Amino acid sequence: MSEGVVRLGGVTDFPPDPVIVAGLRSGDEEVFALLLDEWSRGMLRLARSYVSTAASAEEVVQDTWLAVIRAVGTFEGRSSLRTWVYRILVNTARRRGERESRTIPVSSVDGERPDGVPPERAEGGPEGAALAGEVRALIDKAVGTLPSRQRAVITLRDMEGYGSEEVCEILSISPANQRVLLHRARAAVRDHLAAYYDGRGGP
Amino acid sequence: MNCDEFAELVTAYLDDALDDSSRPLFLDHMARCSGCTGYYGQFTAAITALGELPAPGLSPKARSHLLTAFREASSEKPE
Repeated sequence: MSEGVVRLGGVTDFPPDPVIVAGLRSGDEEVFALLLDEWSRGMLRLARSYVSTAASAEEVVQDTWLAVIRAVGTFEGRSSLRTWVYRILVNTARRRGERESRTIPVSSVDGERPDGVPPERAEGGPEGAALAGEVRALIDKAVGTLPSRQRAVITLRDMEGYGSEEVCEILSISPANQRVLLHRARAAVRDHLAAYYDGRGGP
Repeated sequence: MNCDEFAELVTAYLDDALDDSSRPLFLDHMARCSGCTGYYGQFTAAITALGELPAPGLSPKARSHLLTAFREASSEKPE
């Protein structure tokens, strides 16, 4: 079944869209697993911009993949496959986020704070690592306080490293709007870091 | 260009999206203003730090659930 599909072992180039799409349509599990492992981390992060807990974000990502499995036969290649998948994700996450905000106070979900991931302990080691862990926790927290539109843009641009064109397409926003959202988000993160380095605690 | 205007344009500068008239003013301001040079450094340091945050993946349970769903969907498709 996977004849005609490039061997996917190793860390070489990610196969081009037509190869991936053909693999998905023909039921090549290796191709699907590759996609899952390449894209799910970024998808979880992006989903977290719209929903209130990590568990909820994981459900959004699962629902998105199930929709991709159902709909890959209709993919026409008018955007890249990644953009197409991410657009499904954004729609799914937005809908769920709206539902959550109508039904439950975000602060009470699972006892998890809505404004960030719990700070990670630095893996033992020298003071430098502890400091880096503290800065990471601080940035996580800063990102967690951003409005969802800003958070989505900074997640894609700075955490995932996507180009501005793809980000505009995924989020259906103009280049000017994308830049404003990104700039506000970055400035907010910078403010948190500056306050930390000034030894003033938080803003 | 004053410091507030400078601060507003950092992302546009980094995206190479400043127009031909603003770009030299931006660079000229940075060359003269140590406060804004510091701000620029902190801004780009924040961007670098954002890119280094670890990202958790799917839980093994979710991953295996999805692989099963893919397998089942494929076996239902007509040849």
